[in-house]
Amino acid sequence: MAAAAIHASPSKLKTWWTILRICIEERLVYRGDFALGTLMRFLPLVTQVFLWSAVFAGTKQQEIAGYSYRDFVAYYLLTNVARAFSSMPGLATGIARQVRGGEIKKFLIQPVDMVGFLLLSRVAHKLVYYGVALAPFALVFYLCRGFFNGWPDAATMTAFVASLLMGFLIGFYMEALMGMLGFWMLEVSSLLFVFILFTFFFSGHMFPIDMLSGWLGWFFRQMPFQYLAYFPAAIFLGKISGPDLAWGLAVEFAWLIALIIACRTAFHYGVKRYAGYGG
Amino acid sequence: MNSELPTRYEIRTERASARSAPSRYGAVFLMFARNSLVRDMTFRANFIIEVISALSWMSMYLGFYILIFEYTPSIGAGTGWGKYQFFAFLATTLFVNSIVEAFFMPNTEELSELIRSGGLDFALLKPIDTQFLVSLQRVDWSSLANFLFAACLLGYSLLKIGHVPGWPQLLLYPLYVGCGVGMLYSLMITLAATSIWLGRNQTLYDFWFYITNFSRYPREIYSGTYGTPLNIAFTYILPVLLVVNVPAWLMVRPLNAEEWSLAVYALVATAACLALSRWVFGRALLSYRSASS
Repeated sequence: MAAAAIHASPSKLKTWWTILRICIEERLVYRGDFALGTLMRFLPLVTQVFLWSAVFAGTKQQEIAGYSYRDFVAYYLLTNVARAFSSMPGLATGIARQVRGGEIKKFLIQPVDMVGFLLLSRVAHKLVYYGVALAPFALVFYLCRGFFNGWPDAATMTAFVASLLMGFLIGFYMEALMGMLGFWMLEVSSLLFVFILFTFFFSGHMFPIDMLSGWLGWFFRQMPFQYLAYFPAAIFLGKISGPDLAWGLAVEFAWLIALIIACRTAFHYGVKRYAGYGG
Repeated sequence: MNSELPTRYEIRTERASARSAPSRYGAVFLMFARNSLVRDMTFRANFIIEVISALSWMSMYLGFYILIFEYTPSIGAGTGWGKYQFFAFLATTLFVNSIVEAFFMPNTEELSELIRSGGLDFALLKPIDTQFLVSLQRVDWSSLANFLFAACLLGYSLLKIGHVPGWPQLLLYPLYVGCGVGMLYSLMITLAATSIWLGRNQTLYDFWFYITNFSRYPREIYSGTYGTPLNIAFTYILPVLLVVNVPAWLMVRPLNAEEWSLAVYALVATAACLALSRWVFGRALLSYRSASS
């Protein structure tokens, strides 16, 4: 039994490695399109730079909600990095479509875990994305280096990287969980729309959530969406530090564990509900 | 049965050919619009959800700008874009975008797929202008919800500004909204037509969204070392800054000499954009190789 387990582990690793390699090759098919797309993704940032420049010109204040004009530009640049980690385009719709269309049964009859497969597929996507997007990202950050106050210290940088990696996993499990609603509902597009809306607005992608005060600000800060964009950017800019940073990372980790459990539970019970007909 | 009598089909065909081209195309478009409405009404719950979706996005954007105006009295110093002037600008953006999204976007999105799958063959075989057919065959009625939202927002903003536009402005406003739609459509169909050469043009399609993003803000914000060249390029070369700015100026304030000259230029630019996109579409069709046979 123990020997079987020892033999099973390398072969399993080999399977996952093969899956990862296939996914990477698949993602590299349209690499030119991919690189151009990455560079273009920064175009909305140009309009944001001019918009906030005009807002600061109109207000004559040095800071808005604790952010200077330079902070705002740096914030939007950093949210682009954070969203590059946490965004999972097409994951939820893909899962729901596979459930509805019956494609999901391939995971039920083959010895491959669906959630693991999808996670590896996204890891491959992100690896390729950063491989191809590194040059456009480096170019944009180099051109915009004047908006930053230099590199943060090692501890802040470690916390930033940790928040990005957890942001990736939170983004994945949140989207996968939404997709798995397809086991219970035939059409999940409207729910997915609400989810996308929440993600866009509550993640801090549009504006730093510090701009919101009162109960609305409090509500935004209780949501896991902030870890998808706002939280890593705020760490890098030093807006969250000390005990608040440690507490924030702990809460992010707790959200991640809760989402993994929820996703696994949804898949477990969803598969029990699933009925596939035909060949 | 008397064989000399024309059949119902022959009568219909004769009637159709007796019509002038604009009225025939008008009738075909009405048929497309009707069919789309019938399809939308078949799935009413879905239609209602789509309307709510469209309105939610707009409410969210409006919320964002309300938040911005909590911190500043105007967008830019001395630009004249105060809170309600900017909301009138936003309403104009909504008018233009809702028309583009209702009539053209679902079709140009489909064009790339038609080219890839060879489905364009069927469009080419029909006895009607291909660009007309592929641009207007489907109407997304739910996108027009934003049109009503925009009308309410514009009315409310004008009330708050206390500015009553004169008759010339009221008459010119729909004309310039139409010009804005024409310019955006030209860019969209040009990019969609490039699918024939490129096979896949997702990036170029994204490019449309990113470029039109520039049109969503007042022209005055693009100033300074980097802003001025952008302002000139997006006004005179790729005139996306005229799409919303010109009609919005008409509604919120009297135009100065430069703005009037840009208003005249917008008419010329629209005609040029439409002609150029027509030419590109025609050239692209010449390179089309059916994928289905």
